[in-house]
Amino acid sequence: MKNIDSITHVSGTSVYLDDVPVINGTLYGAAFGSPCAHGVISELILDDALQLPEVVRIFTAADIPGHNEIGGIIKDEPLLADTHVHFCGMPIAFVVARSREAARAAVKKIRVKITSLPVITDPREAQAKGELIVPPRTFRLGNTDSAWEQCAYVITGNADINGQEHLYIETQGAYAIPQENNSLRIYSSTQGPTAVQRAVSGIIGQPMHRFEVIVTRLGGGFGGKEDQANTWAALCALAAWRLNKPVKYALHRMEDMAMTGKRHPYAADFKIGLDKDLKILAYEASFFQNAGASADLSPAVLARTLFHCTNSYYIPHVTATGWSCRTNLPPNTAFRGFGGPQGMFVIEAAIAKAAHVLQVDAALIQRRNLIRSGQPFPYGQIAESEAPLCWEKLEERFDITEQQRKVKQFNENNSLFKKGIALMPVCFGISFTNTLMNNARSLVHVYSDGSVGISTGAVEMGQGVNTKILQVAAQVFSIPADKVRLHHTSTNTIANTSPSAASATADLNGKATLIACTAIVERLKQLAAVTFAVTPADITLVNGHVLVNGLPSAWDWYQLVTTAFAKRICLSEHGHYATPQIHYDAVNEKGHPFAYHVYGTAMLEATVDCIRGTYTIDAVKVVHDFGNSMNTDIDRGQIEGGIVQGIGWMTMEEVLYDRDGKLRSNALSTYKVPDIYAAPATIAIEALQTDRDNLAVFRSKAVGEPPLMYGIGAWFALQNAVRAFHPNADIPFVTPMTPEKVLMALYSTTNPETNHPHAETVSHLGIDQ
Amino acid sequence: MKFILNNNNIATSLSPGMPLLDFIRYQQHLMGTKTGCNEGDCGACTVLTGELKQDVLVYRTMTSCLMPLGNAHGKHIVTIEGINMLPALNPVQQAMVDNCATQCGFCTPGLVMSLAGYCLDRTPASTEGAIAAIDGNICRCTGYKSIEKAAAQVATLLTDKNEQEPALFAVERQMLPNYFSGIKDRLKCLIMTLNGELNPPAESKPRFVAGGTDLYVQQPEAIQEHPIRFLLGQELLKGITQEEGRCILGASVTVSDLLESAIMRKHFPALDNYLQLVSSTPIRNMATIAGNFVNASPIGDMTIFFLALDTTLELSDGQSTRTLPLRELYTGYKKLRKRPEEYITRCWFELPGPDTGFHFEKVSKRQHLDIASVNSAISITMAGNLIGNVRIAAGGVGPVPMLLTETAAFLKGQAPGTAMIKQACAVAQLEITPISDARGTAEYKRLLLQQLIKAHFITLFPSLQVELLL
Repeated sequence: MKNIDSITHVSGTSVYLDDVPVINGTLYGAAFGSPCAHGVISELILDDALQLPEVVRIFTAADIPGHNEIGGIIKDEPLLADTHVHFCGMPIAFVVARSREAARAAVKKIRVKITSLPVITDPREAQAKGELIVPPRTFRLGNTDSAWEQCAYVITGNADINGQEHLYIETQGAYAIPQENNSLRIYSSTQGPTAVQRAVSGIIGQPMHRFEVIVTRLGGGFGGKEDQANTWAALCALAAWRLNKPVKYALHRMEDMAMTGKRHPYAADFKIGLDKDLKILAYEASFFQNAGASADLSPAVLARTLFHCTNSYYIPHVTATGWSCRTNLPPNTAFRGFGGPQGMFVIEAAIAKAAHVLQVDAALIQRRNLIRSGQPFPYGQIAESEAPLCWEKLEERFDITEQQRKVKQFNENNSLFKKGIALMPVCFGISFTNTLMNNARSLVHVYSDGSVGISTGAVEMGQGVNTKILQVAAQVFSIPADKVRLHHTSTNTIANTSPSAASATADLNGKATLIACTAIVERLKQLAAVTFAVTPADITLVNGHVLVNGLPSAWDWYQLVTTAFAKRICLSEHGHYATPQIHYDAVNEKGHPFAYHVYGTAMLEATVDCIRGTYTIDAVKVVHDFGNSMNTDIDRGQIEGGIVQGIGWMTMEEVLYDRDGKLRSNALSTYKVPDIYAAPATIAIEALQTDRDNLAVFRSKAVGEPPLMYGIGAWFALQNAVRAFHPNADIPFVTPMTPEKVLMALYSTTNPETNHPHAETVSHLGIDQ
Repeated sequence: MKFILNNNNIATSLSPGMPLLDFIRYQQHLMGTKTGCNEGDCGACTVLTGELKQDVLVYRTMTSCLMPLGNAHGKHIVTIEGINMLPALNPVQQAMVDNCATQCGFCTPGLVMSLAGYCLDRTPASTEGAIAAIDGNICRCTGYKSIEKAAAQVATLLTDKNEQEPALFAVERQMLPNYFSGIKDRLKCLIMTLNGELNPPAESKPRFVAGGTDLYVQQPEAIQEHPIRFLLGQELLKGITQEEGRCILGASVTVSDLLESAIMRKHFPALDNYLQLVSSTPIRNMATIAGNFVNASPIGDMTIFFLALDTTLELSDGQSTRTLPLRELYTGYKKLRKRPEEYITRCWFELPGPDTGFHFEKVSKRQHLDIASVNSAISITMAGNLIGNVRIAAGGVGPVPMLLTETAAFLKGQAPGTAMIKQACAVAQLEITPISDARGTAEYKRLLLQQLIKAHFITLFPSLQVELLL
C-alpha cells in the first residue's frame, strides 16, 4: 500500500505549517539570536528596531509570565537569554511585526553589547574543565582490566566524529492563535506535540489544558523537531498570549541552521584486544559527547551511544564511559540513530585499525565476533540475534568473496581509480531507552455510517506511520482502506504523548490502535453473537462481511455498525499501550531496555579518483531484518533514505564552526547533503524474513533509524580504496570523509603509526580563520 | 508587470524586486510551491517559466526564490497548481506515486515541476535526461532511488514525442491541462500590450539584475528596496553568434544557452561534462555569464572557463561603450574595474582552432550543485610538438579568479612530459595564495590545484605516462 499522503503530496495540496491559511490580523515573529557564543549581556538596544513602522513589540526574557525555561530532561535552558548567552544564535529577543519582512528587518536593527567569556567548542576541553551536563556513565561487562593480558593483540586509537545538520526541507515554525477563555491553539512543526504543550505551559505559567498543539504533518524531522520545535512555539505563544493576536514564525533557513542543534559531534578513545584467532576479548571506549550549551536530549543520546558501543558484536569484557560535555555550540539534539551511530563508528574504527595493524581483512574480525542468541549485551539484555543469519544471507545472495575478488582485480588493472569494499553489520535496539516513554494512545471512532476516524499521538513526517496505523485499523475491522481516515495529531484528542521518535512510533501507536480497534470489534462481535445466537468466537469479520462460523451472514460491516449504533453500543475506544517486558536499572546499568533489536548487514563499494580525490559510493547491498514487513513500499523507502542520509553524514556533510563558535556551514550553499547523483547507483535490499515472535506491531519490525548506520560503511569503503592506492596512507578516524580528506590521504607522507595529537585531527572545529 | 500565472492573467504593481516565490505563496496564496532554502539550492520552489523566443514557446525550470517578479514580466509562470488536473493525477504525478517517490512530501512539488518541465523539453527523451532535469531538487527522505524510477517512467512516456510543439503533445497526452494549448497565443497578445512597465524611474540610479541567482542569495532584502534595471529580458543582450573565428556572446546568455548553442557544442565537444558540474538545471536556466563575471567570486565557474579563453568584455554606461579584457576586470577581492552605472553588454573570444586543446576541471565537496573548492580551465595551442600559447585559469586559489601567468610562461615552448608538468605544478604553487575556508584548507587547495593541472594534461595528452604523475 502506498503512503496515504501520496496524492496530496504530488499535487502540492498537502498542508504544512507555513501553508495553514492565516487569520486576519496575524502578526509575524522573528528571533534575534546572540552574535556571540559566550558572554554576559550588558546592554540590549531595541530602539532602532522599535522605530520601524510595522513593528508591534519586541519581547525579551522580562516579558515571560511563567518560567523562562524550556529544558526537557534538565532545567538548564532559558527560552530567551536574560543575562548570559551560551551559544551563537541563542535567542535574546523576539520581534513581532505586521509582516514577515518587517520582523526580519527589525531583527537586523537590534544591537546587543556582550562582554565576552572564553568559548569552548571542543568536548575534550570541556571535559577537562569539568563542564559536564550530567555525571559520566559507564557500562561494564566482565573485567577489561584483567582481560588485556589474555589478548594477543591490543590496539588503541581515537576518533573524531562530526555532527550532522538535519536539513529537513521544511524549516521549523509555529503559529499560535488565541482562543476564547485564555487559551491558545498552536500549530507546530514538531515531532513532540506534548513537549511543545509542556514548554508553552511553563513559559506562560498556565496549566497544559489551556494549550492545544496541532500537527498535521512535517516536511521532515529526523529528530531535529523532537525537542527543538519547542522554542518557536513558545515564542509565538508568548507573543500571542501577551498581544491576544495570532502570531506566526516560520524560520528562514539560515536562522534554522544557526539557531538549532544538530547530531552530536563526538571525540572518542578506544582500546581493543583480540586473541590470536581474532576473537575480540576486551574493548574500552571513552566517549566525549559535544552536547552544546544545554542538556536538551544529550543525556539520553549519550546513553544510546553506550547501548550501541559494541554494535553487532559480542565482546566478553567491555568498559565504556560517556561524558556529556558542555560547550558553546547550539544544544545538540536527537538525530536518526540518536547517539547509536557514533558508538558504532568507534567500534568499527577499532576493528578497522586492528585489521590494518594485523594486515587482515576487517570483515574477518567482524564476522568472527557477531553476537549470537543467548549472549549478553554490555547492559545485560540477552540477544535474540539475527546477526550471523544476516551476514550469511548477504554472502549467499550477493557473494561477498566474489565481490572482493573483483575489486582486487580492478585495483590491479587501474592506476587512476581504486575501489574499496566494506561490510557494515548493524544492531539497533527498539524502544525509548527511558522506559517510561514507551507508551501511546489511539482514539478510534467508528462513525454511524461505518467510516472510521483515528487520532493517535504519532506525527507523520514522511515515515509513513499514518499509513501503517490505517492498515492496522483496516485489517482489524476488515474493511477497505478508504473507509479509514487518520486525523491530525492534537493534544486535545491524545494527551501525554511521547514524541514520534526512537523508530518506535508505528509500534507504539499501531499497538494502541490495535487495542482500540480490537475492543470495538469485541463489542460488535458480542452484538452479532446475540443476534445470530452463537458465541462471539463464532463471529468473524472478513472483507466487510460478518461471517458466522465461517459462513456469510446477512450482515455486512454497515449493517453491523448501524445496528450497534441503534442499540447504543459504544463505537469509540481510546486504546492505551505500554510496551511490556522492558525495564532498566540505571544505577547498575543493567536491564532489558529494548522490546527487540533490529539486525542487518550491508556491503558497500566505493571508487576513488586518485588524481582528484573525488569518489562515488557505487553500491550498497543489504540484508535487513524486517521481521515481517507490513508495508514493504514504505519500509524500503525508509531503508534507502536512511542509507543515503548515513552516507551523507560519512562523506560530504560537514558541520563547520569556527573557533568563536560561529557556524560557517550555515546555508545549503555551504552544507551539502546528497543530491541525486550522490546516491549510490545500486541499492539492493534483501529481506531477512523471520517468524520469531517480537513486540513489533504485526511482527513488522521498526525501520526508521537502523538503516542509517549502514552508511557508516561508506567511510570504511573509502578508507580501503585509498589504501589500495597508498597502502600506508595516513587516514585518521575523522568524519566526514570529504574529497579533501581523501585527497590529503592519497598523498599523505606522515608516518601512519604516529598518534595524532587531538588538535590536529579535529574536523568539526574552525578552519575558517 | 504583466504575466500569465497558471491559467490567469496577472497585472501587478508590486515591487518588481520581490522574489517570485513570495508573490506566489503570500500574494496569490498558492501554497504548493514550497520555501526550502532561499538560495536556489534545494529546488522545493521550482516553477516553470514559459517564454516566447523567436516565436518558439520555451519552458524552463527556475527556482522562484531567486527569481525577481520583474523577470516574470511577459512570461508564463507555472506552479504545481497550474499542472494539476485533480481529481486525476497527471502522468508525472502518477509516476511519483507508483514508485513511492514521495515521503514527507515537502520537496515533491518541486520534483514534479522539474519533471513536468522535462515533458516540455525539445530534446529526445531518455532516463538520463529526466534525471538530469531533477538535478536541482534535493530530497532528504527517499535516498532518490524511487525518484530515479519515477523519472525513468516519465521518460518512457515521452519516447514517441516528435517534432510536435511539446505543450500540444503534453496536452494531447493528458500530461498537462488543456489551457497549455492556448498559452502561445496568449503570450503573443500579452507581449503586444507591454510598454516599458519594467523601466526604473527616470531619475533613479537603478541596480542591475540579470538572472538574480547570486544577488538574491547575497542581498535579498537590499535588492528589493532599490529601483532595478532588469537585464535578462533585453533582446540586445542575448544570443550567441560567430563572426569568422570569433564567438560573440550576449551578456544575458545563460549557462543553459551555452549548452544549447551549436557553436559552443561544436568547438567544445565536452561542454556537457563541464557544465553539468556548474550548479543545477534551474540555476543554469537563470544564471547569466556576465552575472558570473561581475559577481567576482574567486571561484566563479564561468569566469574561470572564459578567462582561459582570454575573453574580452564590452561595457556600457548607457551612453558609450568600452572594451576590457576579462583578465583585467578584477582589482581585488570582489573589486571590479567597472563603474556602478556600467553593465556588460557582450563579450567575445577567439574560437579554439584544430591545434588548440581546451579543458575544464572542477572539484567541490559534492560533485554536482556545489561551489568549487578549486576549479581550473586550460587552453593550450600547440606549435608542432611544443606548447605554443597557453592559458591556465584557476579559481579558489586567490582573492580573484586567476590566470596563472607564470605557469603559462614556464610551459611555453616545452614539449608536454610528466617531469615538465610536475615542474609546472611547482611554479603554480608560487603564484597562488589560497586561504582556508568552508570549501577547504589552504593546504588542500594547493594540492588540489596541482592535481587539476595534472588532470588537464592527462585529458589533453592521453599518451602521457600517467603513472609518473601520481
